[in-house]
Amino acid sequence: MSAPVTADPDLVPPAEREGVRELHRQLDRVWRDGPGLRGWLMSVDHKSLGKRYVITAFVFFLLGGLEAAMMRAQLSRPENGLIGPDLYNQLFTMHGTTMMFLFAVPVMSAMGLYLVPLMIGSRDVAFPRLNAYGYYVYLIGGLFLYVSFFLNVGPDAGWFAYTPLSGPAFGVGKRVDVWAQTITFTEIAGLISAVELITTIFKQRAPGMSLNRMPLFVWSILVMAFMILFAMPWVAVDSQFLAMDRLIGTHFFNQAEGGDALLWQHIFWFFGHPEVYIIFIPALGYVSTVIATFTRREIFGYPAMILSLVATGFLGFGLWVHHMFATNIPQMGESFFTAASAMIAIPTGVQFFCWIATIWGGRPRFATPFLFILGFFAVFIIGGLSGVMIASVPFDLQVHDTFFIVAHLHYVLLGGAVFPLFSAFYYWFPKFTGRVLSERLGRWNFALFFIGVNLTFFPMHLLGLHGMPRRIYTYLEGTGWGSLNLLASIGAVTIFVSVVIFLVNVARTLRNGELAGDDPWGSSSTLEWATTSPPPAYNFAHLPVVQGRYPLWSRPLDPPVVTGLRTDQRELLITTLLDAVPDHRHRTPDPTIWPLLAALATGVTFIALIFTPWAAVIGGVLVAGPLIAWGWGKPKPGDPVVTEGIK
Amino acid sequence: MRDWLQSALQPAGPEAARVHALWVFMLWISIIVFVLVLGALAWGTFRRRAPGNVTIGEGSPGERGMKRAVSAAVGATVLVLFAFLVFDFSTGRALTARRTPAVQIEVTGHQWWWEVNYYNAVPNRRVTTANEIHIPVGRPVLIRLNSQDVIHSFWAPDLNGKRDLIPGKESSLWIQADSPGVYHGQCAEFCGYQHAKMAFIVVADRPDDFARWYAAQADTASTPTDSLALRGQEVFLSSPCVMCHSIHGTPAGATLGPDLTHLASRRYIAAGSLPNTRGNLAGWVLDAQGIKPGAKMPPNSLTPADLQALLAYLGTLK
Amino acid sequence: MRQTLRVGLFGAGCVFALGCQRETRRFRESPPAATSETAVTMSELQPGPKARDLPVLNPYERNAYGVSEGERLFSAYNCTGCHSHGGGGIGPALMDDQWIYGSDPENIFATIVEGRPNGMPAFRGKIPNNQVWQLVAYVRSLSGLLPKDIAPARDDHMVAGPEPQRTEPLLPKHAFTPPAAEHP
Repeated sequence: MSAPVTADPDLVPPAEREGVRELHRQLDRVWRDGPGLRGWLMSVDHKSLGKRYVITAFVFFLLGGLEAAMMRAQLSRPENGLIGPDLYNQLFTMHGTTMMFLFAVPVMSAMGLYLVPLMIGSRDVAFPRLNAYGYYVYLIGGLFLYVSFFLNVGPDAGWFAYTPLSGPAFGVGKRVDVWAQTITFTEIAGLISAVELITTIFKQRAPGMSLNRMPLFVWSILVMAFMILFAMPWVAVDSQFLAMDRLIGTHFFNQAEGGDALLWQHIFWFFGHPEVYIIFIPALGYVSTVIATFTRREIFGYPAMILSLVATGFLGFGLWVHHMFATNIPQMGESFFTAASAMIAIPTGVQFFCWIATIWGGRPRFATPFLFILGFFAVFIIGGLSGVMIASVPFDLQVHDTFFIVAHLHYVLLGGAVFPLFSAFYYWFPKFTGRVLSERLGRWNFALFFIGVNLTFFPMHLLGLHGMPRRIYTYLEGTGWGSLNLLASIGAVTIFVSVVIFLVNVARTLRNGELAGDDPWGSSSTLEWATTSPPPAYNFAHLPVVQGRYPLWSRPLDPPVVTGLRTDQRELLITTLLDAVPDHRHRTPDPTIWPLLAALATGVTFIALIFTPWAAVIGGVLVAGPLIAWGWGKPKPGDPVVTEGIK
Repeated sequence: MRDWLQSALQPAGPEAARVHALWVFMLWISIIVFVLVLGALAWGTFRRRAPGNVTIGEGSPGERGMKRAVSAAVGATVLVLFAFLVFDFSTGRALTARRTPAVQIEVTGHQWWWEVNYYNAVPNRRVTTANEIHIPVGRPVLIRLNSQDVIHSFWAPDLNGKRDLIPGKESSLWIQADSPGVYHGQCAEFCGYQHAKMAFIVVADRPDDFARWYAAQADTASTPTDSLALRGQEVFLSSPCVMCHSIHGTPAGATLGPDLTHLASRRYIAAGSLPNTRGNLAGWVLDAQGIKPGAKMPPNSLTPADLQALLAYLGTLK
Repeated sequence: MRQTLRVGLFGAGCVFALGCQRETRRFRESPPAATSETAVTMSELQPGPKARDLPVLNPYERNAYGVSEGERLFSAYNCTGCHSHGGGGIGPALMDDQWIYGSDPENIFATIVEGRPNGMPAFRGKIPNNQVWQLVAYVRSLSGLLPKDIAPARDDHMVAGPEPQRTEPLLPKHAFTPPAAEHP
C-alpha cells in the first residue's frame, strides 16, 4: 500500500489532502505541549527544552562577557582603582566558571539535543523526562551561582580552584563551597545530556542511516558525548573531595596528614583538558555542516574526518599534565605529555586540509554562516599554533600562567567554538524560529567580532612574553604593559558592540523578519531541512528513510518513508546500532511535572550540602519522592511490542 | 638594550637564551604554516570556477589530486611536529643538565612576599632577607623553592622559566645572569588577594660586590648612635612591629613577616610594589592596606614624632 | 502576584543581609585606639537597681574572614606556645567549657589586652584592637560557640583536634572557681 509520502498537504492531489491534514492534526494532538505556563513547565519535547537550553546558555555567555568587560576596564590602565582585588578575584572566577561550565559545554549539548533527533529522523530523544530534569538541574545550578555572586558568596579562587588556596585553611567562608556545588549541578546536567545523545544516536536513527551514513555533525556529538561520560565524573569527584575537606574534615589535599596538594590539579586537569575538546568537537561538526551547505559539495574524506574526530577524542585524555609543567613533576614524565600534545595537532590538521579541499572543490556562497567559518579558520589556526608552542616544556615554563596562555585559550575557544557557534546560530536560526536573520547585520556582526577578537587577544601574546602574569588585578606603571592592555580593552569594546548587533538582529528578526520555508538556504543536506521551519511538535509526519550520507541530496522524487507508527500515542522507532534496521516501536512518555519537581528537590539538597552533611540524608529522601512518582505507573493497555517495517 | 622591566624576549642568562632560541624557531615555523594554510584556504575560496549550480560529490574530477595534496599536507605536518619535538627535547635536556651551584638559595613563598635564605655551612654566616636576591654574575645558582601557605610561582623571565612553590613539596630552579644588573620577577600562580603585587628582584653582582653585599647582610644590625634613631628603635620595640618582624641584634625575633635587619639596603619595599624611599616607607607603615588591600600587615597609628624617629631608625638598617 | 513578589523580595533581603555579613572582607579597620574599647565591670554589686547589661558585640562574630584571620593569628602570634591548638599545656585549654575569666567577648578581649595573673601576657599596644577581636572570635569558635557556617574548617597542618565547624557547642560553666583562687 502506498501511503501519502509527502507531509505537505499542498503537494498532494486534492483527494488525499484531507487525509494528510488529518494525520498532521492527530500527530499534533498527541505530541504538542499542554497550554500555558503549566504546559511549558511540564514539557518533555526536545525542541522546547533545547531552545530553552540554548537561550539560557547564551544568557550566561552575555553575563560572562560582562564580567570580562569589567576586567578589561580595570586592566586598561596601570594602577587603575576601578576594581579592588577581592572583586577582581571574584570576577575572573565567575567569568571562567560561567564560560566553561554554564555556557560552552551546555550550549553544545543543547544544540545537540535540539538537532540530533531531527537530523537522524526521529521524533524525540531517548529519555525525554530525563532531558527535562537535566535542563532544570542546569538552570538551578546557574541561578544558584549567580544569586550567590550577588550575595557576596560568589567563588573567588579561580575557575580551577587550586588547593590549598581553595581549601579549608585559605578559602574563607562559603564561597568555594558554592563553586563546588555549582560544579555538581552542571556535571549532572552534562552527564544526562551525554546519556541522552549516545542512546538516541545509537538506537533511533532513521532506517537506512547506517553509521557510515551518519552526518558529520551527529558523529561529532557522539564523540563529545562519550568524552563527557569519561571526563566529567572526575571534576565532580574532585569538587566533592574539596567540599568534604571543607565541611567534614577529610584530608584529601592536606599534605600534613597524608594528602597531596597536587592531587587536586591532576584530577581537575584530567577532566579539564578533555573538557576543551568537549567544547571544540561539536564546533567541528558545525563547520562540516556549514561548509557542505555553502560550498554545495560533500565533505572531502568522510572516513578520515570521522577517524580524526575519534582520534582527537581519545588523544584528548592523554594531555592533562601540560597544564602542570611548572610543578615539580619529573622532566621525563613531562616529555611524554609534550609529545602527546604535539600529536593532537595531526587529526586537527587532517580536518583542516579536508575542509580546504572541500571548499576548493565546491562553489562557496558567502552568506553569514560561511563568513563565520572563514573567521574560524583564521582565528583557530593561530590558537592551534600557539598551542603547539606551549606543548614545549621549556617554552611553557616561560609563558605558563601569563597572558600568552590567555591569548592562546581565547583564540582556540573563540576561534574554535564561538565562531562556529555563531555560524551555527545564523545557519539554524530559521529552523528554530521560522525566520531568517538579516544578512546585513550579520556581516557587521562578523566583521566587528573578527576585528574585536584579534584586537583584544593578539596583544596578549606579547604581554605574556613581556612578563605579565594572569589573574592580577593591577600592574605597575614601570612594567610598560599599559599601551598593549589599552589596545586589548578597546578590542573588548569592539566585541561588545558586535554582540549587541547580534542581539539587535535577533530581536528585529523575531519581531518581523523574513519567513523561512523548509530550507531557506536551498542547498542543505541534512534531514532537519526536510520538515517545516520551525518543525512541528512531532518533527516529521512520516519518518524518512535515508539513501545516502547527504539525505536531502540523495533523496529520490518519491522517497520511501516509515509507516505504521501509532498516531494516538507517542511512539518512536528504534533501529539497530550499526545499520539502522528497524527493530521495534517504543512508547515514549507524555509531558509530566515530575522532572521539574525532582530537579527542585535536587537543588535544595545540593545547596543545603554546603552547610551540613545531613543534607545528603534528608535530601535523599526529598528527591526520592518525585523520582518515585516519575517512574510510577504501568504502560497503558494495548501496547503491542511488534516490529513494523518500512512501506 | 633592555626595553622591558621583565621579559622572556630579552634573555640575560643561558637558560633564558636557550628558550628564546626555541621560541624564534617555533615562531618562524608558525608564521610559515599560517601563511601556507590560510593561503591555501584563500585560494580554494576565491579561485575562479566555471559557472554552474550543481552539487558536487565524490568521484568528481580532481578528487585524486586532492587526495594526494591532503596526504602530503598531513605528512608535512607530521615532519614539522617531529622537528619541533627534536629541538624541544634537546633544549629541555640542556636546561636540566647537572652542574655545581656557586650559591644555594632557599626561597620560601608566603602570602604575599618572598623569604630568601642563603645556605652556608657556618650557621652564623647564613643570610636571611626578603624580596631581593643577589647572585654572583656569570655563575650558576640553584634556588630551592618551598611554600608556607598556598601555591606560588617563582618567575624571573629574563633569567629562566618559572617553577611552582608547592607547600609540602620542594622544587628547584637554576638561574644564571651573564651580565650585572637588576632582573625583575613576579609571582606567577594565583595565590590570593595580593598575587598582583608579589614581585621580587634578582641582582647580579660582580664577584667582589657580591662578597661585600653578603658580608654586610650576614652582620647583625648595630645599635644606632643618633638619638632620634635610638628613639626610633624604642618605638619599634614597643609597637606591634615586633609581633611579626625581626631585626638581628635586637630582641625582635618574629618570623611572620620579612626580616628587617638590612631593610635600608633594599631597592624596593612591599614585595616590589614601591621603591624604598622614606616617604613610601612612611605610607607603608601607616597604612599598608591602602597600598596592598588584603595584605597581612595591619595599619599602625603613630604620632608624627614617633613616625619620624622610626623612619630614622629604619634608615640606619643598611 | 504582587504579594508573592513582596514576600520574595523580603526573604531575599533577609538572606542578603545574612550572606553579606558573613562574607564581607574588611581589610582596613581604623587604627587601634590608645585605650581599651570595652569596659568590663568587675563587681556584681551595684547601688540601686541593677543597670541593664548591654552586651558588647564583637564585630567579627558573624564574619568568616574575621574568624579565619583569628585562626591565622592564633598560630602566628604564638598563642599555641602555651595553649597548644586549644588543648592547653602551659596555659589552660581553650576548647573546653571552663572559662576562668568569663566567656563573653569583652572578657576574652580584656584577657588578651590586659593579661591575667599566673602567666597570660598583656598584648596591649602589640596587637591592634581589631586583630584582638578576631582572636576573640576564633577562641570562642574553639568550643563551638559560633554558628557552624562561620566557624573555621580544619587547618592545613597536622590535626590537633576536631575543627570548630564540627564541634558541638560547649556552653560555658559560669560558677567556676579557678584553681589558683583555692590556694591563698
